[in-house]
Amino acid sequence: MNNFLFTQPFFKKNGKAVAVYFLVAIIFWFVFLVIIPQFYMLDLSFRTNVPPLARGGPEDYYTFEHYSHFIFGSKTATDAFNFVDLGVFGRTIFVSMLVTIANLLFCYPIAFYIAKIANPSTARLLIVSLIIPFWINELLRSFALRILFANEGVINNFLTGIGILDQGILFITYDIGLYTGLIYAYILLMMFPLYNAIESLDINQIEAAKDLGSSSFRTHWRIVIPHAKPGIVSGCTMVFMLTVGALATPVVLSSPNTLWFPQLIYQWFNMNDNWSRGSAYSIILLIVSVIFVLSMMRIFKVRIGEIIK
Amino acid sequence: MSADVELSDVSVTFGSFYAAKNVNVKVNGGEFFSFLGPSGCGKTTLLRAISGFQEPSEGKVLIDNKDMSGIGPNKRPTALIFQNLALFPLMSVSENIAFSLEVRGVSKEERKKRADELLELIALEGQGEKKVHQLSGGQKQRVAIARALAVEPKVLLLDEPLSALDLKLRQRMRTELREIQKRVNITFIYITHDQGEALTMSDRIAVMNEGELEQIGKCDEVYNNPLTPFVATFVGENNPLYGKVTGIKGDKAQIETADGQYLAMMNETKKLNIGDESIAFVRPESLFIPRDDDSFDNKIDVNIESFEFEGNLKNFYARLQSGAKIKFSVPNAIDTSSISSGSSIALGFDSSKSVILPKASLAID
Repeated sequence: MNNFLFTQPFFKKNGKAVAVYFLVAIIFWFVFLVIIPQFYMLDLSFRTNVPPLARGGPEDYYTFEHYSHFIFGSKTATDAFNFVDLGVFGRTIFVSMLVTIANLLFCYPIAFYIAKIANPSTARLLIVSLIIPFWINELLRSFALRILFANEGVINNFLTGIGILDQGILFITYDIGLYTGLIYAYILLMMFPLYNAIESLDINQIEAAKDLGSSSFRTHWRIVIPHAKPGIVSGCTMVFMLTVGALATPVVLSSPNTLWFPQLIYQWFNMNDNWSRGSAYSIILLIVSVIFVLSMMRIFKVRIGEIIK
Repeated sequence: MSADVELSDVSVTFGSFYAAKNVNVKVNGGEFFSFLGPSGCGKTTLLRAISGFQEPSEGKVLIDNKDMSGIGPNKRPTALIFQNLALFPLMSVSENIAFSLEVRGVSKEERKKRADELLELIALEGQGEKKVHQLSGGQKQRVAIARALAVEPKVLLLDEPLSALDLKLRQRMRTELREIQKRVNITFIYITHDQGEALTMSDRIAVMNEGELEQIGKCDEVYNNPLTPFVATFVGENNPLYGKVTGIKGDKAQIETADGQYLAMMNETKKLNIGDESIAFVRPESLFIPRDDDSFDNKIDVNIESFEFEGNLKNFYARLQSGAKIKFSVPNAIDTSSISSGSSIALGFDSSKSVILPKASLAID
């Protein structure tokens, strides 16, 4: 058996040590970081919520109750549906979509400028300025935005101070702070795929379009954007997935009256000590996000291979 | 519809570097005109100035006597064919060809009709639905031409579009380009570093060096009567014979070199005086191994060093007594079995086939 393994082409090609290292790393990643946690959570989401000591006992059985709770609410509730949780979920998906679009609209001109217009030293400077703020943790960046957007925060104090406003704008109450924070939180994940995609476009393509009479807008629409489509989809996918699952930014920046869906999940896990329900909510979020992304890819006719490219 | 293109004192600078300097040239409507020069001589810069991608730092570009300054490439009556063609890979062949119509808001049926007409012109009927990458190199060339012609430009600008093709295809495309030009009858301005391309296709050529025009003229004129040592050695091959002018006889001058005296034609615009440092040029194909009944007015003794078989020609590399190198070519049909490396022979050439010019730097190969 041992000999059989080591005579495989993979081992011959890479040498024993490297081949073993590769195998161990890949298996560890796939089994321990992907398969086991996901399956554990999937399993947990279908079980009753019992204290650890009661596991395996008569009260620990498979059930759909956590999923049905998400849709219909608790058994004692009077409403036909769990409007609160469904509302939070729907809003999270919808706002994440808007955040993703806003992110794309914000990043596209910057990425295009860095990739095709700026001279190399300006481009480097801009890339560095994009990256440096991200050396600070997401949570701290959110607090920084909180300081800016608070009712008595920097922006309001400035605007009232110079007399433009009589009283401050309620950035936090109206979730303006949250949306800004969410757009900013994953901006690099939109910027870099976009930049890479646009950068690889031959400048002659743009010039040829222009030479053939195309306006700037149409050149972008017909030449640059179709070329950058894999980058756009890749950026949108990552930003959407991460925004939908964001926790730190909503905790710090959302208004007291609104909840982000991961906050709900967090509450089930940590405050209500109901890991099964938390797992079920996580699975729901995961599946809906994946379906959403796949259908977007179908609509925009992008294959997964193109995104990874 | 074709248009005249005039460059009037055009200079293009990048910082303190002159990519093009005081260029004056008038290209006539319907002409096939080539800018010929080594890479980095500024010919592409001139093309970009004509197409509108580069505003001249000084001077004016006039198309049909209209000053083009401030008019963008999308508003000029020119179409540019890029060196790498820059076809749009995500569009079909027809979409590529009809792109200029699409941006002008021409209806879909009209676009299809026009694309089909152009596909017929380039002999690619029925291939409009293909993607660009499914075409061969020569077909791509033709699509690029069709795409440019769809704009109905008055001037077509071509930036070394044949350089990526293999030799046979390049030769065939030369003929095809020339034919297309005659058929559509618009001004073609062609950029190339390949003198063969320029000579075979063009009505006139402009030879450029280091941003400046060296000579403008018909192909045979430039080849036979180069105005500068650069042109003499860049367009075709030439053997330089360095020396001093020792006598003038009408339109010919006598040059005294380390290896002897030769007679060569003076250019009307480059008159020489006795004592001037000068170079006489004789082309490899103008040097002959004299037979008994030949009478050349110049004789030159050489020592054969090596030999090279090119197919239609046999090239001999030899040295003069002073050590100067000289090359001469003999048609393959001529028997040269008596000539071998190390042998000394006398060559002859006619003074009417040799030019003498004031000393200046040559084109470095």
